[in-house]
Amino acid sequence: MTLWLIVRKSLRQHLLSTVITAVSIGLATGLLMSIVAVKDQSMRAFTNVTGGFDAVMGSRGSKLSLVLFAVFHMDKAPGTLTLKDLEEIQGNRREIKTAVPIVVGDNHQGYRIVGTTRGFFDVEYATGKPHTVRAPGRLFREKSQEAVIGSHVARQLGLRLGDEFKPMHGVSYDPNAVEHSAKYLVVGVLEPSNTPADHAIWIPLKGAQNMPGHDAEVSTDISAILIKFNSARQGPIFADQVNKGTRDKTVAMIAPEVTAFFQRFEWLRVVLGAMAAMVALVGAGGILASLHNTMNERRREFAILRALGARRGTVFGAILLESATISSLGVMIGFSLYAGFIAAAAHFIAARTGVIINPLEPNLVMALAPVAIVALGTLAGILPAMKAYRTDVAENLIPQS
Amino acid sequence: MAAAASMAKAPLFVSWEMIGMNKGKPPSTSRRRCINVPRMPLLEIRDLRKSYRTPDGKVLTVLNVPGFELEERQQMALRGSSGTGKTTLLHCIAGILSPDSGHLRLAGHDLPALSESFRDRVRAVNVGYIFQTFNLLQGYTCLENVVLGMSFGRGGEPRFARTLLERVGLGDRLDYRPSQLSVGQQQRVAVARALANKPKLVLADEPTGNLDPKNGQEALKIIREICEENSAALLLVSHDPAVLEQFEDCRDLAEINRAMQEEPA
Repeated sequence: MTLWLIVRKSLRQHLLSTVITAVSIGLATGLLMSIVAVKDQSMRAFTNVTGGFDAVMGSRGSKLSLVLFAVFHMDKAPGTLTLKDLEEIQGNRREIKTAVPIVVGDNHQGYRIVGTTRGFFDVEYATGKPHTVRAPGRLFREKSQEAVIGSHVARQLGLRLGDEFKPMHGVSYDPNAVEHSAKYLVVGVLEPSNTPADHAIWIPLKGAQNMPGHDAEVSTDISAILIKFNSARQGPIFADQVNKGTRDKTVAMIAPEVTAFFQRFEWLRVVLGAMAAMVALVGAGGILASLHNTMNERRREFAILRALGARRGTVFGAILLESATISSLGVMIGFSLYAGFIAAAAHFIAARTGVIINPLEPNLVMALAPVAIVALGTLAGILPAMKAYRTDVAENLIPQS
Repeated sequence: MAAAASMAKAPLFVSWEMIGMNKGKPPSTSRRRCINVPRMPLLEIRDLRKSYRTPDGKVLTVLNVPGFELEERQQMALRGSSGTGKTTLLHCIAGILSPDSGHLRLAGHDLPALSESFRDRVRAVNVGYIFQTFNLLQGYTCLENVVLGMSFGRGGEPRFARTLLERVGLGDRLDYRPSQLSVGQQQRVAVARALANKPKLVLADEPTGNLDPKNGQEALKIIREICEENSAALLLVSHDPAVLEQFEDCRDLAEINRAMQEEPA
């Protein structure tokens, strides 16, 4: 209680330096927690939103591009596959449980139009959860110019059942691009799944292949095939066989590819983590400097406290408690910054990819970083505390005869 | 000689109970067995010496007290002008300074033999100190200053701190800071703080030195009354004849401290 009174008074007397130091510690804490948490949670979230598929087959090219293109609707297809390729895959009942073709080449207001079969919606994107259409909507008919739209697209573009739209050529929005003459009727809106499916417009495979303006010679080509294996063990073996045994096709395992993608940015995490550690050190240095600078003016205060009976250990403890309090205040500021940063990151990632990360998901860094930073801040108080400890009572009590 | 012999038998260890930290609990049986031991003075000094080294390398003896005693509840004034070692003497009695040699027994504790930590504890429990410049903590309110005066001894008790401030006429200034008070009021806060730990001995170093005669007399009256009410002994040092003449028991510091009669070594 007495220590706390001494600390409270000192913090109030040196309010500006307390606030500045606490904010710098808060920045370090917030930055450190955000870097680790955003990376971990995004990796977990992206790895989990495979749409229920295990792998993607596409034309020979980058595996990552293939995954980003087919699953996250983000990149361009490296090439196309033929109808024969699809039939071969679908005929491989020994290894393949489901193979769903997709064709991508058009967009509406920047949202990709993906041609596929109704089989896509039968695959469970999470255990026991296939994609479903909000009542009173329904799935498109395979041979009609009908569309089912993702929940995010419906919300952003204000599309509703019965609305019509004309697809535009290209996977990205270009106001000068050719608008196809075909009109598509919205017959269903998907229930939100927190997967990239929410961010696409789904039309029948044949519709995408035969879009007016497309080259008739390639009207049976497909962009990629989403694959679900009979067993998880078969995936890597099958992928290896295709990747080594053919020259025109690539099979990319979705989850390992996403993990590898995030691991490519490990260096960035290390750099940002090091920067956060530097900021933490600067904050700790700030505590040391601000407390140390006040020691001279506080000598008389310590001498008076000692004259009242406070032991050397008491004034030593008061300074350590003060440095721990400043760093704890910093950690609290850090949590606020972290909450703001991760909420913004979650919003940004959801808006761009449809992948939802949980800002409140517990992460070890949320326990370790505050403890480490409070410990560091407390350690920074040792030097000033030693100075307070060594304060000579008689010398600093005035007057002396 | 007898006193010196009794000091030689002083225990080598110190318990909280001996310092006065048993908080009103009945004394232990061993203490009751000592009931027939002749009563010792509250403060007893024998052959106390304290010297400093001057910048030119000489050793300057500031204190040389062959003998001095103060009984419980006794109020004594010491006449001493500037440079007579009065603050050094009071600091030694309070345990703030450690003497070079000699014996100083306060409330049964041989202070020079104790560790600094124990001396702090003895001071926190047994001594109240009124400084000439009050030494109030500027960032703290009157109430907080007084509460701190008791925090390191028997524990903080805001109600008693409030009572003391009311007793010195500052009941309506509890939340004022020292800078918001007059000099006389600051002195009264210092008096309340010195009494806050219910000390056995109050040391007052020129307590009226910064006050005008009227406020000085008033402050002195309060100090003496409160010490009496709280059964505390008072050792006051001053060079003001108006203060000293009010004490029946008034001694010249130069008589007690022989250091002033010595040549620098």
